[in-house]
Amino acid sequence: MNIHEYQAKQLLKQNGVAVPAGDPCKTLEEATTAAKRLFDSGHSLIVIKSQIHAGGRGKGTFTHGFKGGVKLAKTLEEAVTYAENMLGKTLVTKQTGPEGRVVQTILVAAAEKIVKEFYLAVLLDRATSRPLIMASTEGGVDIEEVAEKTPEKILKETVDPAVGIQPYQARRIARGLGLKGEVFNAAVKLIMGVYKTSWECDASMVEINPLAIVETASGKESIMCVDAKISLDDNALYRHADILAMRDLAEESPLEIEASKFSLNYIKLDGSIACLVNGAGLAMSTMDIIQHYGGLPANFLDVGGGASKDQVSAAFKIILSDPNVKAIFVNIFGGIMDCNVIANGIVEAVKETGLTLPLIVRLEGNNVVAGKATLAASGLTIISGDTMADAAKKVVAAVNS
Amino acid sequence: MSIFVTPQTKILIQGITGSFGARHTPLSIEYGTQVVAGVTPGKGGQIFEHKGVRVPIFDTVEEAVKATGATTSAVFVPPPFAADAILEGVDAGLDLVVTITEGIPVNDMVRVKRAMSGLRTRLIGPNCPGIVTPGEGKDSHGGCRIGIAPGYIHKKGNIGVVSRSGTLTYEAVFQLTCRGVGQSTCVGIGGDPVNGTSHLDVIKLFMADPETHGIIMIGEIGGAAEEEAAEWIALHGTKPVAGFIAGATAPPGRRMGHAGAIVSGGKGTAQAKFDAFRAAGIGVAATPSEMADTLLRLMK
Repeated sequence: MNIHEYQAKQLLKQNGVAVPAGDPCKTLEEATTAAKRLFDSGHSLIVIKSQIHAGGRGKGTFTHGFKGGVKLAKTLEEAVTYAENMLGKTLVTKQTGPEGRVVQTILVAAAEKIVKEFYLAVLLDRATSRPLIMASTEGGVDIEEVAEKTPEKILKETVDPAVGIQPYQARRIARGLGLKGEVFNAAVKLIMGVYKTSWECDASMVEINPLAIVETASGKESIMCVDAKISLDDNALYRHADILAMRDLAEESPLEIEASKFSLNYIKLDGSIACLVNGAGLAMSTMDIIQHYGGLPANFLDVGGGASKDQVSAAFKIILSDPNVKAIFVNIFGGIMDCNVIANGIVEAVKETGLTLPLIVRLEGNNVVAGKATLAASGLTIISGDTMADAAKKVVAAVNS
Repeated sequence: MSIFVTPQTKILIQGITGSFGARHTPLSIEYGTQVVAGVTPGKGGQIFEHKGVRVPIFDTVEEAVKATGATTSAVFVPPPFAADAILEGVDAGLDLVVTITEGIPVNDMVRVKRAMSGLRTRLIGPNCPGIVTPGEGKDSHGGCRIGIAPGYIHKKGNIGVVSRSGTLTYEAVFQLTCRGVGQSTCVGIGGDPVNGTSHLDVIKLFMADPETHGIIMIGEIGGAAEEEAAEWIALHGTKPVAGFIAGATAPPGRRMGHAGAIVSGGKGTAQAKFDAFRAAGIGVAATPSEMADTLLRLMK
């Protein structure tokens, strides 16, 4: 699960991490009040940031022509104009796709004068199965590019989960970033707090980009998280009711939400061949084999190991609500699962939905003879595939004909 | 020899009375697997009975091991309690803990793996179908089935199969069996980002196992475990290996069903893994339909 920047900053703040002063606002009134409060407390510059789960906000464009999902304001009037042009409007960035996302919330925050930018992240190092802190002096830029071109500029600190992060590790990073004096000590506290946030919230990734040394109104330097992104481990959400409450369904695809109600794992893609498969690995390979034979998959859909008739029926409705779909490929290897149960589910779903698109079914495994007989006796036009490859060729041919 | 287990291995089932454990334990018993004990806290003293086989249930793994001599466990307990169940098996000194449970928090597994380091117990999984060492009987009965794989698709023979995915393992096994080619052991290492046993761990054992003559290695996007195994094979491999990677068409940044199946930061792509396979001389199956044929061509 992903959360918004303002929510990530709330979690960080709860763990003693410095973030710029600011408030999330859902209405123009809230935004005006928040902006006024910041100007009144001595900030000469504030930032209005669209809150959507996609990157590239600053360079994005709203569908009504307004440019920039992140804007700096010097006056209250400017701030209000920007808020007006963001709230309730649709922002298109390089990550949202052409349909964009509606901005429901904006973050109105102090825009501190940035002296230097850094990068800081906590993630899982799969090679060691331990948490890894990554930091770099190259902040505010694409970290993947830094890792590619100048890997020596990335500092890494692996944390032993038995004891957690030790202050010396945070000091080593702070030193590696070239920090001195008060900012050094503040950075150590901040790094400890970011790690604690990551571990205690069961985050799969915390990314602070940029982490920045800023010059505050009083002329003193301090270090804080100017931007923050947190992704959570879905498996651990059951023990974080407070974080689960941060879920923003408006940011998720309606079809994917519908699928999750039936414990189906569905991801919408752009192709024309819908797939319904049991098992994640087989579902991925089904997409791959469609592409291998010249087609394009419309979705990833794993109905799981013990799919019921209801799930198969729900799965059909979900894949059919994608208007791009021109044919359906059902690929089931029923190891333990009864192929006849699946076959009955298919027949019922086809009748219920009045399916007219070509349907190619490859059934294999437990009770497969009965399953195939059920399909044959249904009187429906179902094309049968003997192997995955045979079925994939047939479904691609059906779309191309 | 097979790897990890033999038909004589004594198995205990953690979570034997839960719906998942109770559904799969009878299938293992019917397969001929030596299921000698079950563990469900609070149900100690009860019996799990299936077709005349009476499996005693214990409150703790320690008791179950002491009373029955079980050396291996299958963990079916729900995700919030799975880490504890695994560590209980480790504490009882089991040789092998096979964790089927899907959905264990990653940080729990990070802790479990740290706690297990240096200890003798091997963990397989989590989020895996388990292990099958096929037997001599009809539909490979008389073998050792730990987990949820369909036993009947197997056949006793000389191919080792290792995979991160359940149904894709079955697909490969079924392709082999349909061609009259049997398997020594089939191991599902699981689809989570933190697992107990890696592709490389299993590959090394297959290479050392005289009964294994060829290997099918099935991976998927995410991480670099397949690349690690391929590098080792390039240097030390002595047997033909064929492989497939699922997820070439997966969009970056999305988790494809399995918690570990994600391309992030440009890392863990199918392309990188296929390249590593080719560089190591591993036969690459062009489609998942050709896993068995690709290996059999190499073995001619």
